[in-house]
Amino acid sequence: MKRFVLSRVFYSILTLWILTVIIFTMVRLTGDPALLLSEYPGASEADLMAIRENWGLNESWITQYRKFVGNVFQGDFGRSFQFGVSVTDIYFQRLPNSLQLAAAAFIISIVIGVPLGIISAVKLDSWWDNIGKLVALLGLAIPGFFVALVLILIFGVKLDWLPVIGKGDHFWDVKYLLMPSFALGWYFAGSMLRLTRSSMLEVLGSDYVKLARLKGVPEWVVISKHAFKNAMIPIVTLAGLQLVLMINVAVVIEVIFQWPGVGSLILGGLTGRDFPVVQGSLLMAGAMIVGVNLALDILYAYVDPRIRLSG
Amino acid sequence: MANVPQTVASPVGSPIAQTARKGWAFAREAPLLPMVILASILFLAIFADLLPLHDPEVSVKDKLTGRPVAGTLPPAWMDGGTWRMPLGTDFQSRDILSRVIYGARVSLIVGLVGTLAAGAIGTVLGMLAGYMGKWWDQVIMRITDAWLALPTLIFAIFLASIRGAGLWNIVIILTLVFWSRYARQVRAEVLSLRERDFVKLAEVTGASRVRIMLKHILPNVMNTVMVLFSLTIGVAIIIEASLSFLGVGVPPPTPAWGLMMADGKGPLIGGDWWISVFPGIAIMLLVLAANLLGDWLRVRLDPQLRNR
Repeated sequence: MKRFVLSRVFYSILTLWILTVIIFTMVRLTGDPALLLSEYPGASEADLMAIRENWGLNESWITQYRKFVGNVFQGDFGRSFQFGVSVTDIYFQRLPNSLQLAAAAFIISIVIGVPLGIISAVKLDSWWDNIGKLVALLGLAIPGFFVALVLILIFGVKLDWLPVIGKGDHFWDVKYLLMPSFALGWYFAGSMLRLTRSSMLEVLGSDYVKLARLKGVPEWVVISKHAFKNAMIPIVTLAGLQLVLMINVAVVIEVIFQWPGVGSLILGGLTGRDFPVVQGSLLMAGAMIVGVNLALDILYAYVDPRIRLSG
Repeated sequence: MANVPQTVASPVGSPIAQTARKGWAFAREAPLLPMVILASILFLAIFADLLPLHDPEVSVKDKLTGRPVAGTLPPAWMDGGTWRMPLGTDFQSRDILSRVIYGARVSLIVGLVGTLAAGAIGTVLGMLAGYMGKWWDQVIMRITDAWLALPTLIFAIFLASIRGAGLWNIVIILTLVFWSRYARQVRAEVLSLRERDFVKLAEVTGASRVRIMLKHILPNVMNTVMVLFSLTIGVAIIIEASLSFLGVGVPPPTPAWGLMMADGKGPLIGGDWWISVFPGIAIMLLVLAANLLGDWLRVRLDPQLRNR
């Protein structure tokens, strides 16, 4: 077990290191930030050089990379070109907003996906199952931003119930949260439903469920205790991954609702060629995903000896 | 068989005819609804130039005055709409119906070519990693892991800001984003194929590694690749639409569904819904059809799933 954990941790660190190289190189291919940020298009070459020197862009890539990685180890992503303040400050100012949106979307995806998935599996080929299949299909086929626009049209414009942009002044301004979180959670609800259904189906066909039924255990106990409990493992896995993804892929939803999250920070950083912002937030996104995968790998190995002995 | 004269048609027909017949038999098994949707979208996209449509990129002119007709005209069945522009016009007086139909070209090209190219690259790398093992495996899989650590959409936006806007750039971006999925899956499959008897026997007879990969491994991973391909198309189309929606995808005035939806966002808040909603429905139908076919293919090609 110890060997397994150590090797997984090693591979995760290796992955993150390769990721820093990829991000560092690619962000420098997006163009020269000095050209974009010099206020006047006709700025002299000397001005541009001064800007580049100020940002440390005149040094060789190797020196820049060494500084970048060295600072990352100290928890420092550098200063934003656009805002002049520390990237960590901006990032952690935005992160709670993203977490709030992701948490709400997460709850919505679970509330829609899991119960409907269970009913679909239990009442196979019934009307419930058909509704479940439809929701799963539409969840994957309707892009989140289309859901967002339709919601805005219905609840923001026609009915005038909900505000269409912003996040409100207080953390608990729920009415600002409803539309963006539904639009974001929609896609994930579809995949959650699919997984719950197939996982439940697998467990319901197993011998111990048949045995429980033969013993005369009431059907609802069979479903809730014997079946659902065992179908939980893949569901929890997916849920963990989805929560992390939701924090990072909400860009389009954030742009539509002008939600000040991490996604729009990345987008703004890319269009403004703000290298430190892009490097920092992309590395954070990568670290979150690698971290969750690592945690899940170890959790699995802990539960299932076959994995830790083979890996 | 080689002596049979060319003029005499053998009962089974030429290899090409055989493949075609097999393909047709396969296609006839496919579910009807997605096939009909896909066929109609394909038809409209290919023959858009022959249909009596307005130019999708310029405003529709009034027949009498020759000046552009009013912008944001509602669809024909609503007050103020006309059947000349059945789905209405956008704020530049362009015909929405025509833009939706021409927009299918962008989505289809990007979705098909992008996923095909990604599939080709990913399959080759996955086979190399899985069959050659050792350093090949380490290098390729470590890069694949790092590649998969970035969320697809964020990665696509990242690449889009390097390549700049443009249809073929989006194809390249999707290729670069999606190859890693294929590589990971194909490698896993090759790892188990490598231990099978027919590969071992080929090795014993002295077949070269390239030959084993092409003749023995590749045909056996094609099912996996095809399933992954069909399930990735939908995602690729949505990613393209998202990029265009954010303004880093296909540049205006090209009709692309994501772009049209972004155009319609402002008017939508004023209540003029049709500019955004029709392209949205188009995306939904196309992705829905692609996913339905993908699901069918997955069940059809995987014997373990067939009875579920």
